[in-house]
Amino acid sequence: MEITELTVHELQDKLKSKEISITDITKAYIERIEQKENDVQAFVTVLKDEALEQAKDIQEKVETGKIKGEFAGIPIGIKDNMCTKGIKTTCSSRMLENFISPYDATVVEKIKNENIIDLGKLNMDEFAMGGSTEYSYFKKTKNPWNLNKVPGGSSGGSAAAVAANMVPWALGSDTGGSIRQPSSFCGVVGLKPTYGLVSRYGLVAFASSLDQIGPITKDVQDAAMLLNIIAGHDERDSTSANREKVDYTKALTGNVKGLKIGVPKEFFGEGINEEVKASLQKAIEKYKELGAQVEEFSLDIAKYALATYYIIACAEASSNLGRFDGIRYGYRTPEYKDLKDLYRKSRSEGFGPEVKRRIILGTYVLSSGYYDAYYKKAQKVRTLVMNEFNKGFEKYDVILTPTSPTVAFDLGSKTNAPLEMYLADICTVSVNIAGLPGISIPSGVDSEGMPIGMQLIGNRFCEETILNAAYTYQQATKFRENHKPEFKK
Amino acid sequence: MSREDYEVVIGLEIHAELATKTKIFCSCPTKFGGSPNTQTCPICMAMPGTLPVLNEKVVEYAVKAGLATNCTISKDSKNDRKNYFYPDLPKAYQISQYDKPLCEHGYVEIDTEHGKKKIRLLRIHIEEDAGKLNHDEFAGDSLVDLNRAGVPLIEMVSEPDISSAEEAEAYMRKIKSILEYIEVSDCKMQEGSLRADVNVSVKKKGDTKLGTRTEMKNMNSFKSIERAIKYEVDRQIDVIEDGGKVEQETLRWDDVSGKTFPMRDKEDAQDYRYFPDPDLVAIRLSDEYVENIRKSLPELPESRKERYLKDYKLSEKDARLITSSKYLSDLFEKAIEVCNNPKAVNNWIISDISRILNETEMDPIEIPFDGNQLGKLIILIDKGTISTSIAKKVLEELFENPRDPEEIIKEKGWIQISDEGAIKEIVQKVLSENPKSVADYKAGKDKALGYLVGQAMKQTKGKANPQMLNQMFKEELK
Repeated sequence: MEITELTVHELQDKLKSKEISITDITKAYIERIEQKENDVQAFVTVLKDEALEQAKDIQEKVETGKIKGEFAGIPIGIKDNMCTKGIKTTCSSRMLENFISPYDATVVEKIKNENIIDLGKLNMDEFAMGGSTEYSYFKKTKNPWNLNKVPGGSSGGSAAAVAANMVPWALGSDTGGSIRQPSSFCGVVGLKPTYGLVSRYGLVAFASSLDQIGPITKDVQDAAMLLNIIAGHDERDSTSANREKVDYTKALTGNVKGLKIGVPKEFFGEGINEEVKASLQKAIEKYKELGAQVEEFSLDIAKYALATYYIIACAEASSNLGRFDGIRYGYRTPEYKDLKDLYRKSRSEGFGPEVKRRIILGTYVLSSGYYDAYYKKAQKVRTLVMNEFNKGFEKYDVILTPTSPTVAFDLGSKTNAPLEMYLADICTVSVNIAGLPGISIPSGVDSEGMPIGMQLIGNRFCEETILNAAYTYQQATKFRENHKPEFKK
Repeated sequence: MSREDYEVVIGLEIHAELATKTKIFCSCPTKFGGSPNTQTCPICMAMPGTLPVLNEKVVEYAVKAGLATNCTISKDSKNDRKNYFYPDLPKAYQISQYDKPLCEHGYVEIDTEHGKKKIRLLRIHIEEDAGKLNHDEFAGDSLVDLNRAGVPLIEMVSEPDISSAEEAEAYMRKIKSILEYIEVSDCKMQEGSLRADVNVSVKKKGDTKLGTRTEMKNMNSFKSIERAIKYEVDRQIDVIEDGGKVEQETLRWDDVSGKTFPMRDKEDAQDYRYFPDPDLVAIRLSDEYVENIRKSLPELPESRKERYLKDYKLSEKDARLITSSKYLSDLFEKAIEVCNNPKAVNNWIISDISRILNETEMDPIEIPFDGNQLGKLIILIDKGTISTSIAKKVLEELFENPRDPEEIIKEKGWIQISDEGAIKEIVQKVLSENPKSVADYKAGKDKALGYLVGQAMKQTKGKANPQMLNQMFKEELK
């Protein structure tokens, strides 16, 4: 088997048995990136020389006993909205085309502390706004299963790179589904942790009350391991939770006997593709077979979640993106008459259409006279959504839904229909609204061989429950062993 | 109608920089006067991805200010974003408090010519200061200095209870002294750490409806507040008397021309789009927390004043002047501790020290010497080591280059001549040089004695002990 086909825990085994070396791994990945990047277009920045040098250095230190650590020398890819000191952090925007952060995000620090090697920064929808990665200023990432289709978004670069074996695992960020939906489209595993579990310090903010960083991996064990690395309290993030450390890998028992799974019927209604429904039905049957108790229930409020999400997310974004004004860093228009002109032109030229649309929406819903009707009302609905989920978790351990109403769609098919694009988030946004953890794993493929994703939602800080439910399904169905991306042209 | 037919309504929004060591949302130092952008970090420069963490001291200081001004402390408060674009505001929003300020519904008392008057406070909230723009030093360009960005502020909003320029000044002085006493702000007005936005309107006497107000921004001296209000009141009355209408606008007071000018045009009417800052959590205070702060409050100016009236028999006016500033009051108490002569300390503070402060436009906090040195100076006078006129020179020296007064007089050779032999020698010399005055004195002109003493002082450059001179002359002329 090729090195790049291995999961991280498999790489660890082979490093331990000295079958392969740290430099072997990085070399293999750099080679793979060189082979596939032309087709997939997953990277904004590839750190070829840096990674090779680092691999040599870490290899030496491990051999001489200077460093230990189970992750030393394992490579990773990082979504390009997490700040990396000395390396460009562009958010796939013209606004930050040449921006180099003076500091590392907390998650990047944690990655570095483990001596994990950064292979590069991964493409995304501009400022994480979008569901197809087509809103990147730099390039359109392709779906490794079919290069004519989108990888999903906004963490499309991360999901595609993992699916194409260009990185063993990656970090993504999820505000309304940006980890789970591309993971579903690319047939990989993506976890959005509970709001507050992973520090947001150094994640370029889209919507502060919704953003979370999480792992995108080849399998559930890797997701649990990467979550082990990045989770934890950070005093630099006031919204980060102060909880005892958990080893998530210990939760993976492969046993779901007695697990109570709720299936909200609203997530299987109109607008959900029939093949997706069928695949999920099969998954439900599988869980029953494995000893779980599955029951249908109603999560009525969910239909308001999408509107609520777009109001809150855009409101926060309109304020968060104010700092990109052409004054201190980022894009500045070459010619301007006065201060207002400098602002207007820099922001008009520096931001793409979807970012502008959301800034305008967000500015509108916060404006005096409209605040109560939109923002305030959305906050009330948000509370109702949380309450409804709470009620659900009184009865169920896990809530099971499709990750996305469809499989990956064709490139260019929705870029001119923003509302249709927004509908792709319909299954995922309520999880962010309620601050819950959600994981997407492949449930099967459709008739064209495109992966279908299943979302498992847990109660707050119950990552262990959904990880084990996902792991058990994965072990029982062996998706990775049976399906591989074909790079169809 | 005449000016007497109008009533003036004034409200003040006072901004005070809090004297915390570090900024409100990061750990950069708050010290004033650093080279541009040396007291900054990714957080206060609003680098992408950074997050604010509230400095707990800021809450403590604001609660102190609230308790010292009789406010109700809100147990459940939060931070909001005030969104607007300006180059000195790096995040394009200021973190402030909108509908849930930390402190509400307080009051302070001021002294007016008609007695005590209560001025109510609507609210006190915490917020961050913005940076500063340098327009002048670089031809054609404006450069941004973010050292001040993120320095904690409290904004204290009064009710429109103030009805004259004098009352506005008294209120501002009162707030300043309270903040100094509770040590939450150094209140250096020249450095902008205490400044006020002044709202002024006029209405005809008896009218229940308030007139249209104008707002003068960023006033940072008592004198300009008083002048600006007087000018603005006159201007508004003139506008009304001429049949016009006062426009609601923001004004800039120009100290040089003594006039106000409109600052922004109306089409710029700002919508700040306040909303709760999702990066910060709610501020919840326990009763115990607030009570502990209440117990820790030091003696406030009003109470010190009463004590001075009682213990030191100071006049109301003197006691008010000394207690108006914590630094003067501390100086007063320390000096008394050292020299045990309250009357002399009082006199030095209200006369010579106040005069120098006025002449040099110095704030009491900037007095370079301490009560120990002032007390020692008074001991030297009381012991007869130096005369009062030498003491004044020592005081000036204390302002210039503060050190032990004894050291100063030794170094300068200002020690009083109190040696009987030496005095006698001088007296005899003066007598022999001034036969006319001697004759005058003997002829009953007592004034001549003063002239002779003056001559002796002149010859000794003020160092001769004046009492001894007086006595010696009298004896010699018997």
